[in-house]
Amino acid sequence: MADVLKDIDEKVKSNKVMLYMKGTPDFPQCGFSAHTVEILRSYGVPFATEDVLADPAVREGIKRYSNWPTIPQVYIDGKFVGGCDIVHELHERGELEPMLKAATGKKA
Amino acid sequence: MITPEEIKSTLEKALPGAIIEMQDLTGGGDHWQLYVVSSAFEGKGLIEQHRMVNEALKEEMADQRIHALALKTYTPAQWEKLGS
Repeated sequence: MADVLKDIDEKVKSNKVMLYMKGTPDFPQCGFSAHTVEILRSYGVPFATEDVLADPAVREGIKRYSNWPTIPQVYIDGKFVGGCDIVHELHERGELEPMLKAATGKKA
Repeated sequence: MITPEEIKSTLEKALPGAIIEMQDLTGGGDHWQLYVVSSAFEGKGLIEQHRMVNEALKEEMADQRIHALALKTYTPAQWEKLGS
């Protein structure tokens, strides 16, 4: 478990926008993951993803890493931002764009 | 699966005085949309607000009585502004 958490920590910190999801952006395996991808894509910023279904250790590890019970999970600039609901809410409030732009260095 | 009454009473214990509205998303009793309004959310960020609800329903989620939970949290002031 320690190794998994270390791998997760490295990925979260080395990718400005990191999404842990079920499936892949083109073939999401869950509606919440699909919706989160859709929101992130709407901003045109690059983001990395990892499919938790490919590795049960990552699927459990990511929940422990953030102490958050569900997937998807979005990390921006190394910080846990939330799951589908929170990302959707931030998107609607207009708070997500500045966070993404600041992290990826794109002008708003 | 779980009944709406069970969800409600569990949440009310953790968040006394909360307004709780819910919707069974699939009719199967294990995919829920929850709207929770509580003064305990004041001054807290969304992650913290969601954590409070998730924590209250931890057992129900762990044993899969609740399989999926879509959550919206509001302070009483935010809720009032929505005109609900």
